[in-house]
Amino acid sequence: MRSMAEPVLQLRALSKAYQVGGRPLPVLKSLDLDVHQGEFTSIMGSSGSGKSTLLNVLGLLDRYDSGTYHLGGVLAKDLSERRAAQLRNRMLGFVFQAFHLIPYKNAWENVALPLTYQRVHRKERYRRAMAVLERVELADRADHLPGELSGGQKQRVAIARALVSEPTLILADEPTGALDSATSHLIIDLLEEVADEGRTVVVVTHEPDIAERTRRIVRLHDGVIADDRLIPRRERSTPPVDATEAAR
Amino acid sequence: MDRFIEILQTLARNGTRTALTALSVAWGIFMLVVLLAAGTGLENALLYQFRDDAVNSIWIWPGQTSRPWRGYRVGRRLQLTNADHDAIAALPGVEQITSRFRVRSDSTITYKDRVGDFDIRSCHPAHQYLEKTQITSGRFLNEDDLAQRRKVVVLGAEVVRHLFRSQDPLGEWVDIGGVAYRVIGTFFDDGGLGELSKVYVPITTAQTAYGGGDRVNAILFTIGDMTVAQSQELATEVRRTLASRHNFDPADLRAVRVRNNLERVQSVTGTMKVIRAFLWLVGLGTIAAGVVGVGNIMLVSVAERTGEIGLRKALGATPARVVFEVLQEAVLLTSVSGYAGLVSGVVAVEILEWSLPANDYMQNPEVDLGVAFTAVGVLVVAGLAAGIIPAWRAAHIDAAHAIREGA
Ligand SMILES: Nc1ncnc2c1ncn2[C@@H]1O[C@H](COP(=O)(O)OP(=O)(O)OP(=O)(O)O)[C@@H](O)[C@H]1O
Ligand SMILES: [Mg+2]
Repeated sequence: MRSMAEPVLQLRALSKAYQVGGRPLPVLKSLDLDVHQGEFTSIMGSSGSGKSTLLNVLGLLDRYDSGTYHLGGVLAKDLSERRAAQLRNRMLGFVFQAFHLIPYKNAWENVALPLTYQRVHRKERYRRAMAVLERVELADRADHLPGELSGGQKQRVAIARALVSEPTLILADEPTGALDSATSHLIIDLLEEVADEGRTVVVVTHEPDIAERTRRIVRLHDGVIADDRLIPRRERSTPPVDATEAAR
Repeated sequence: MDRFIEILQTLARNGTRTALTALSVAWGIFMLVVLLAAGTGLENALLYQFRDDAVNSIWIWPGQTSRPWRGYRVGRRLQLTNADHDAIAALPGVEQITSRFRVRSDSTITYKDRVGDFDIRSCHPAHQYLEKTQITSGRFLNEDDLAQRRKVVVLGAEVVRHLFRSQDPLGEWVDIGGVAYRVIGTFFDDGGLGELSKVYVPITTAQTAYGGGDRVNAILFTIGDMTVAQSQELATEVRRTLASRHNFDPADLRAVRVRNNLERVQSVTGTMKVIRAFLWLVGLGTIAAGVVGVGNIMLVSVAERTGEIGLRKALGATPARVVFEVLQEAVLLTSVSGYAGLVSGVVAVEILEWSLPANDYMQNPEVDLGVAFTAVGVLVVAGLAAGIIPAWRAAHIDAAHAIREGA
């Protein structure tokens, strides 16, 4: 499981504070964290504990003040916007609570979006988008607009979009926050499969039963890692069969 | 193509507003095109009087003295003669020169049993250059005709039509006031029916046959490629020459009437420059309003798509790419609607031209396509300018924040 290889994600004494009313408000306080390839990790913590902030830093969407963050061996510090955008495009996949699909683009166009920023041609984009849509079992909805999809389907499209550029690290912020529990488990199943295929997945959630489905739970408390524990691999906890069917 | 579809998708999201903005840009270009065409029409009308005469020419008619001069009384009528013609011909700068002697207007022209009342102009061979006479068959008058006082005539198209119908007039004889002339040529002239109803005979012949002596009624000459200042100088020189020959005050502008066509054309062109500048000002003002509209709709569009742009940045759009996309939108919007305005402007001008009754103030309104395309080019550049602020805003959207706030 945890290999001696270089971690996909490595934090050392990483700190970040927001400026609030002229005063620094420390949100992340000297975090140390290693996440290896293929790990399926969840980050938990109470509201305001800094989960989203951490995920933004990991996603190169936000800067940090001190310490180091290595992503795939590359030191990600004080990156230019351009460089950060390029790294996000190649190394990161995002899944959001609110899906964030572009409403006037159909499923496959949404999935293919990251590829447009790699100057991949339309035909090739279509081919690759269809391949990942196949992977999330939505190939038959490729031409549907987001408004014509259920919440679970939207999130699967979003996951397909996160997968399409074959990123090193997938970051999901409350990916099940807008879904009912049966659909949530379906989404977690999908993320689990993705991790099993060797991708590294980090999920932020405040739902214990979702966190329990991952292999490792990192608990943030007031900007500090309060707990970091591995969950022993066990038989997949499958939700009731009829709920699975209903959600599809 | 790909980007094109994408831009259309985003523009379509703000359908009504996009349409209104596009309309205001199109309206701006439309206005510019129509205004400039109207300007051209006005200019054409003003320049119409010069259409069939050499523009680089000076025309001289005798007048009546209006100032006392060395004991000569006021109100003396002047009479120009062949000697005046020769004196002016000798002035440096005078190129092609001709005089005119008016044959009594009661002279009719007869061919067999057909009679016509046409204006007979007797002149020198150079007259052809002054009136831009276009020979359609045979030839114009030449020096030999004058030297030998030949009884030859060149007929205008209208005269030919009236006297000869479809018959070939060359070599035929016509009678003018009791004198028989042989037809040596026919001509066309852009001056309309009046000019086409003229007949030309050698001035020497006319002076002899109709008791003209050495008198002439007008002297006309071309001045080559002189500047207006040079032409004015020459005109003054002509006046001075005639003043000393006929004993009148060189400052007496009524004694001889001098029409400097070059000067007149220049004054029309000068007036047109001012009018044209004004029309541009109005047209560009209208376009500027359209461009501000484009800038605004782009701002709105960027603001409304904050979430989407944030998402695109998260997925790997670099700031440069975001700027590029917004500018593309602005340029597409302005150039397409500008083009539409251009086309409808051209159509409107075409319709105007067709439906315009003859008048003195507007003739052949025309779109100078070079100018129109320049205007569209200016518009596209302006569209770029209009897109800069929205593009800058878009590039500075904080992806994390935009995504948290939701799309
Ligand atoms: N842009 C910001 N400016 C100032 N303070 C911020 C900003 N974003 C977050 N914070 C503060 O930082 C702390 C951590 O916020 P964060 O969003 O990371 O919490 P979270 O753990 O994701 O909470 P939740 O579970 O409610 O989403 C909070 O106290 C929050 O008020
Ligand atoms: Mg959060």
